[in-house]
Amino acid sequence: MSRPFLEVRNVSKSFAGVRALENVSLTINQGEIRCLVGENGSGKSTLIKIIAGVYAPDHGDIIIGGKLFKRLHPIDSIREGIQIIYQDFSLFPNLTVAENLALNHEMSQRRRFVDWRGVNQIAREALARIGVEIPLNARVEELPVADKQLVAISRALLQHARLIIMDEPTTALTRREVDALFRVIKGLQQKGISILFVSHKLNEVYEIAEKITILRNGKNVADGDTSEFDRAKLIYHMTGRQVEQSRYEREAGGDQARPLLKVENLSRRGEYSDVSFELYPGEILGLVGLLGAGRTELAMSLLGLRPPDSGRIYIDGKPIKIRSFEQAVKQGIGYVPEDRLTQGLFLQQSIGRNIVVGTIDRYLNRFGLIDSRKVNGQISKWVRDLSIVTPSPLLPVQSLSGGNQQRVVLAKWLASNPRILVLNGPTVGVDVGSKAEIHRIIRELARQGVGVLLISDDIPEVLNNCSRILLMRKGRIVEEFTAGMVSENELVNKLSGAA
Amino acid sequence: MSISETKQEQRDMSSRWLGRLGIYGVMNRDNNLVLLIAIMVTSFVLMASLRPDRFLTLDNFDSMAYQFPEFGIMSIAMMLTMLTGGIDLSIVGMANLSGVFAALAMARFIPEGTTSVQLVFYILGAVILSLATGLACGLVNGLLISRIGIPPILATLGTMQLFTGIAIIITKGYAVFGFPEQFTVLGNEALWIFPIPFIIFVVCASACAVMLNKTSFGLKLYMMGTNPTASKFSGINNAAMLVRTYMLSGLLAAIAGLVVIARTNSAKADYGTSYTLQAILISVMGGVNPSGGFGTISGIVLAVLTLQFLSSGFNMLRFSNFFKDFVWGATLLAVMVMNYLVNNRRSRSRALGLDQREAIVGESDHIDMRPDARRVQE
Repeated sequence: MSRPFLEVRNVSKSFAGVRALENVSLTINQGEIRCLVGENGSGKSTLIKIIAGVYAPDHGDIIIGGKLFKRLHPIDSIREGIQIIYQDFSLFPNLTVAENLALNHEMSQRRRFVDWRGVNQIAREALARIGVEIPLNARVEELPVADKQLVAISRALLQHARLIIMDEPTTALTRREVDALFRVIKGLQQKGISILFVSHKLNEVYEIAEKITILRNGKNVADGDTSEFDRAKLIYHMTGRQVEQSRYEREAGGDQARPLLKVENLSRRGEYSDVSFELYPGEILGLVGLLGAGRTELAMSLLGLRPPDSGRIYIDGKPIKIRSFEQAVKQGIGYVPEDRLTQGLFLQQSIGRNIVVGTIDRYLNRFGLIDSRKVNGQISKWVRDLSIVTPSPLLPVQSLSGGNQQRVVLAKWLASNPRILVLNGPTVGVDVGSKAEIHRIIRELARQGVGVLLISDDIPEVLNNCSRILLMRKGRIVEEFTAGMVSENELVNKLSGAA
Repeated sequence: MSISETKQEQRDMSSRWLGRLGIYGVMNRDNNLVLLIAIMVTSFVLMASLRPDRFLTLDNFDSMAYQFPEFGIMSIAMMLTMLTGGIDLSIVGMANLSGVFAALAMARFIPEGTTSVQLVFYILGAVILSLATGLACGLVNGLLISRIGIPPILATLGTMQLFTGIAIIITKGYAVFGFPEQFTVLGNEALWIFPIPFIIFVVCASACAVMLNKTSFGLKLYMMGTNPTASKFSGINNAAMLVRTYMLSGLLAAIAGLVVIARTNSAKADYGTSYTLQAILISVMGGVNPSGGFGTISGIVLAVLTLQFLSSGFNMLRFSNFFKDFVWGATLLAVMVMNYLVNNRRSRSRALGLDQREAIVGESDHIDMRPDARRVQE
C-alpha cells in the first residue's frame, strides 16, 4: 500500500505582507505522479521552493518520509531524496554533457585525477535510462534547448531521487521526446519514485498524472484524481473563468492577393533542401516539424542570419537577397525568437526600453535627439494595447511574468509595423490565460494584413490559429494541410513519421 | 467593462501618478549615485579639515581643475567601452600617440616668421591631425574586436603596446617640445575663473551624457551592453556599434592627449602610463558595470572628483606616492564592497516586491472576452 512520502500541511507564506500561499496542503504518495497546475503567480513556484527548503513557511508543517521538519534546509530536502529540475536547468554550459552528468559522482569520489572512462560510463548509462542519445563530448551550451533539458533530467535521475519535481519539463520538447520522458517517468514510478509535475500543457496533464492539485491565487482550489476533472473544469479552476476556444479563419477575398513572401527551391546544405512556399497577407502559416527538421534554420535564412546556398526569396514579387538581420528588418520582417530570455529580451533593462529598442530611430526630433514624449507615448500605447501588467514601464523586464515578457517581445516587433512576422514558439512557457491573449494579438495582426509564419511545437496552437500548415521532415516540406482538414492526432502521427 | 479592466485602469492611473512624482525614476537610477556623493563629500570634508589652510584655497581648486581633466576625459573613454562589456587598455597609448603627432606637426613644420593668423591654421591642422590619429587608432581596436573577434582586453593590450611603440620610434624616446604660445594657452589659461582644460572636460562630459541619454546610439549602446544576442535579434548592428564606440574612445583619448601636451608644453611617448588603471578604477567606482549595459556620466564625474580631492589632499599631507596608490586601491575596494552591500539589500527587497507583484499579476491578468478571443490550448 502506498504511503505518503511528502506531506505539506496548511502552509502559508507571505512576502512583505502579501500572501503568496494561504493554507496550502499537498500530499504525494510513494510512486505517485501528481500534477501541480495553476497560472503564473498562483504560488506554484513558492510552494516548490518551500518543499526545496529555499523558503521557510510562515505557518504549517512539512513532513517528509514520516519525519516532521520544523525548519527545512535545502540540504535536508536533498538528503531526503527530493530533486528539483528547474526551468533554467542549472547546468554548466561550458562543460561537456559527460562532465555535467558525472560531476557530482566525481566530486564524491575525492580522487585527485579525473577518471575519464568512469565519467563517460556514468554519462552513457544515465542517458540510456531516458532512452536518448546525445554526444557525450558536446559542450552543453552548444546543445539545443531540448537536449539541455534531457541532460538536466538525466542528472537528477543520477542523484538517488525519491521525489522528482519537474518545473515545466516538456516546454521545449517535441512530441517524441515528451513520449520518451513519459516512459521514463512511468518507469521511475514503478521503482517507487514519486513525481511532481508542474505544467501548463493540459493534454500532458491528462496523459501522465494520476492526481491533480490546482492552485489559484495562493490557495488550494481543487485536488483529486485526474479522472474527476474534464478540460473545461480544469481550466475553470485554474483561471476562475470560462474560456472557450475558436479557430482562426482567414478573411475571405484575400486569396487572390499577391503573396507577400515567396520562397523558391531554397536549400542550405545539411539543414534543409528544396523548400518552396508562399505566404499571403492576412495569413497565419504554420510550420511544424520535429526538432532538427530544419524549421529554425529555414527561419534563420529568411532573417539573413544563415544565407541559403541556393534558391530565391521574393518579397512582393521582387527577388531579394537578405544578407543580414538588419536587411530583413528593413524589408519589414519581424522575428520573435525561440528563446525569449536570451534572444528576445534585455532582462535588466526597463520594459519601455525593451519595447522601443528596435524602432528608436523613428522617434528623433529635428536635432537627432530622442523625443521623450513620443517615445513615452509609444511605450504607454503598447503597454495598454497588449495589456502588459506592470506598475510602471520603467521597471526592468525581468520583473514580469513569462506571459507578460512575451508580450513585450511582441510589442517590440509590432512597434516596427512588420509586414511579415516570424514567430518561433511564441507561447512557450506561457500560462493559459496569457496564451489566449497572445493568440488574440497574433490573429488581430493577421486580420490587419500581416503575414505570419508560426513555428511551433504546440500542435493545438497551430491547428487553431493557422489557415495552412506546412510539415517539415528532414529538411524538406513533405506535406501541406489546410486548417480543419487534419485532426490533432493525425498531425501528431505525421509529425513523427508514423503514418 | 469587467471588474478586472477597472482594476487595471486604476493601477494604470496610480502608476502614472507615481511616475509623475519621479518615484520610479529615483528607484531605477543607479543605486550608488547617492553613495558616491556621500563618499565625495566625505573625502572633501576629510581633506579640508586636515589641512584647511591649504586645501580650502582658491589656488588649490585652481590647480585641481588643471589636473583632473586629462584623466577625467580618459575615464569617460574607458566608461564608453566598458558599457559595451569591453575595455580599452590602449587609451593612454592613443592619447600619447595623438599628442606626439600634434607636437611634431607644431614643433617641426611651422616655418619661421609665420603670422599669427597663419599660426592659428597650423595649430588647427595639428589638432585635426591628432584627433584623426585617435579616430584611426580607435578604428583599429574596433575592427580587431568586432570583425576578428579578439576579446577587447587582449586586442587593446596589443594595440596599447603598438601605439606606444610607434610613438617611441618616431620620437626616439625623447620628449617633443616647443609649441606656439597660442596652443599652450589651451592647457594653462582660464576663461574667467574656469581653466580651459576644465572647460574641455565639461564639454566632453556633457556631450557624452547627451549622447548616452538622448540619442539612439546611446540607447543601443546600453542595450547591446546588456545582451548582445538580443540586440542582434532587435536589428542592431553590433559590429558597427562596437567600431563606433572604440572610435569614440580614440577621439576622447586624442582630446586628452592634446590637453596633456598643452599643459606640460611637451609630448612624451610614455606619459601617464598609470592613467590606464586609474581610468578603470574610476569607471568601476563610478558605477559602471564591467559586464556592460549600466553606468552614467554623473557617476564618472563624481568618482573623478573624489580621486582628485584625495590625491591633492595627500600631496598636502606629504604622503608618498606609494601611499596614494594604497589609498586609491582601498577606496575602490571600499566602494565596491559598499555597492555590493547596498545592492544586495536592495535586490533582496526587490525580490520580495517581485513576489508581491507576481501575486497581483496572477490575480487579475485579464483575458479578452470577446468571442474571437475565446480559445485556450487544447
